[in-house]
Amino acid sequence: MANKHVNAIVVGAGAGGGVVAKELSEAGLTVVLFERGRWQDYEDHDHDELISQRITALGNAFGPDNERYRRVAQRGDKWVTVPPNEWAYNNNAACMGGGTLSYGAMAWRFMPQDFRMKSTYGELAGSTLADWPLTYEDLEPYYEKAEWEIGVSGDDSQNPFAPPRRKPQPMPPFPFNTEGRVLKAAALRLGYHPFPLPMLRNSVSYGGRPKCRRCRHCVGFACAVNAKCGTQNTVIPQALATGNCEVRTQSVVAEILFDDRGRATGVAYFDAQDQGQIQTADLVVVAGSATESARLLLNSKHRLFPQGAGNNHDWVGRNLQGHAYTGAYGLFPEVMYDDIGAGATVGLCDFNHGNEGLKGGGMLANEFIRLPYLFTDRRPPGSARWGLAHKDFQRRQFKHLTSVKGPVQEMPVFDARVEIDPVVKDHWGIPVARLSGSRHEHDVEIGHFLADKAEQLLKEAGATQTWKAPPGMGLSGGQHQAGTCRMGDDPATSVTNRYGQLHEIDNLFVADGSLHVTNGGFNPVLTIMALGYWVSDYIKKEWQSSRLRS
Amino acid sequence: MNRTGSGIRLSRRDFLAGAGLGTGMLLMGWGCAQRSAAQPWQVLTDPEARLLEAMTEQIIPADQDPGARDAGCIHFIDRQLAGFYRTHVETYRQGLIGVDQTSQVLYGKDFLACAWDEQTEVMKRLESGQAQGAIWQEISSRQFFNLVRDHTMQAFYGSPRHGGNRHYVSYRMLGLDYPQIVGQNRYRDI
Repeated sequence: MANKHVNAIVVGAGAGGGVVAKELSEAGLTVVLFERGRWQDYEDHDHDELISQRITALGNAFGPDNERYRRVAQRGDKWVTVPPNEWAYNNNAACMGGGTLSYGAMAWRFMPQDFRMKSTYGELAGSTLADWPLTYEDLEPYYEKAEWEIGVSGDDSQNPFAPPRRKPQPMPPFPFNTEGRVLKAAALRLGYHPFPLPMLRNSVSYGGRPKCRRCRHCVGFACAVNAKCGTQNTVIPQALATGNCEVRTQSVVAEILFDDRGRATGVAYFDAQDQGQIQTADLVVVAGSATESARLLLNSKHRLFPQGAGNNHDWVGRNLQGHAYTGAYGLFPEVMYDDIGAGATVGLCDFNHGNEGLKGGGMLANEFIRLPYLFTDRRPPGSARWGLAHKDFQRRQFKHLTSVKGPVQEMPVFDARVEIDPVVKDHWGIPVARLSGSRHEHDVEIGHFLADKAEQLLKEAGATQTWKAPPGMGLSGGQHQAGTCRMGDDPATSVTNRYGQLHEIDNLFVADGSLHVTNGGFNPVLTIMALGYWVSDYIKKEWQSSRLRS
Repeated sequence: MNRTGSGIRLSRRDFLAGAGLGTGMLLMGWGCAQRSAAQPWQVLTDPEARLLEAMTEQIIPADQDPGARDAGCIHFIDRQLAGFYRTHVETYRQGLIGVDQTSQVLYGKDFLACAWDEQTEVMKRLESGQAQGAIWQEISSRQFFNLVRDHTMQAFYGSPRHGGNRHYVSYRMLGLDYPQIVGQNRYRDI
């Protein structure tokens, strides 16, 4: 039986897609929200490190599975097929809520300069550095909406570098744990400006869910008490409550369908029983993350755009960015790890901008969580990798180590990209994504600068031994993946307009990190959520004026 | 699955994993457990398992805290070789032959017949990639060493759900509770 026609299809139930589904269904549009994964919760996996998003040695607890999914990655001058649990796959997650079920949940607003990187820093050879087609001021009300509807704890008044805001964050910040207290004092002595980190996590009961129990198993895990705020426990249930939204889980969208004129008419997908199906709609919103959104557009071809939807100028899949993580470790005589959440509690924005000779920078914060297996490779250079000495370090230092780390705002690179592999297909016969290229050498330069600052802070805090962990070259993507469907005013150098609407197809939208022109020196999720609201607002206005109804 | 149900399920799995280690007397009357006692390995042969277990003990030796043998790391590896790590089976088969070749070249005897310090020396040769033995012309001794090293660490420091870290020995050593929910911190022991 044919599926009933709906107003809107949203592909991907993560940070962006969850918001769009809620906004459109509340506005009265009928919506089908597609998700290739399923509903999941803590009970499925408890605190199992080996399948957590941090390790994935035995697979990805939150999907996708190793049996049905593949990507192709560049290794030296070869192409290799990689399953989702390998780092080269650059996985995010495949479940209801997407990455927001198992994320650490830092809730950053990008700074005004982050939207104007080219104006602030000028050209950079080898980079497609550009300004966003919208400003921080444009997005500010949407950040506010994300903070209040999904739930953020924090206090930006303690961060002198925080961008201006109309309303405070809705929940008070988390108190500092031991690391937070010690690092804060050290940062103040150095003249820096430490503050409690903003978090998409309940510091008090909020949104009908309990407050955090402070167990520290946030990043990489589902929350045991549902105190972490993702789209799966906020906006998506709200979308369903309207009666206008249907979620179709374990459904894999293969391609977008078009009419003769190149307007989107719906999608072809495989349902939970692997049966091919068609769903028609007046408009389609793609929110599958930077890799999968680009893959879907590139796999959706038409006489008018034979290289894929929105790709007549060869910008779809380009400028793949994530974050080059950098920082330092320090060993302390006293116990520093108190196992108290929210884990990462203290941050600094002293080095996001204004660093001499550098185009940008990034924030620094203490570490979320310490995991026993992950810790087996946390060693000063030259340490024993096995044997009694290794075990003894594990036993003596597990709670005496502290790290300070942060994400480098990367310089976009045109050849860091997602393409369609000409040979390899997934379980459903859909051509898979192929990833290639590397980050810009300036990212590594910034990484070394930030690692020096992190090490200095750890020394000031009393670390008796420190070592740095700057990034190398390589390709970024992973959970912070962004940039592959860049928004812009010029159709020749971008994929969508400033509202996430494809330049070439007026009823096809993107609403995820793919839109990011640059990715900030921050965890990007709150910006993705804010863009979800921003794109939705535009769709609703266009819908009211009837332009989108077919 | 509710929390209690999940706990029972996991405990039983650990229970079965323990059957191969001489606790069989406790298991009389459990048909599946008796089968398990007769043939504890899903993939490894008994000689392979004993050699590999000695290697894991070199990687995480017992001292005042239990080591890899006590933690049942070999059960983790065998179980994963039948499942998620099935693509590594052939590497293990070849690599374990190579380990004995190297100890024969160095000491004129198999790895298991070597004294502790001799075994340690064989492990160092493997790690360095300089190990002697015909097999190491085909595969890298360093890569094989790293595979065993990583899998042993996973077995010892990962969740007991997967067959290693018996009795939560590594979590106890590190002073960690599991699962970590305030008010419910407890080890689900047999």
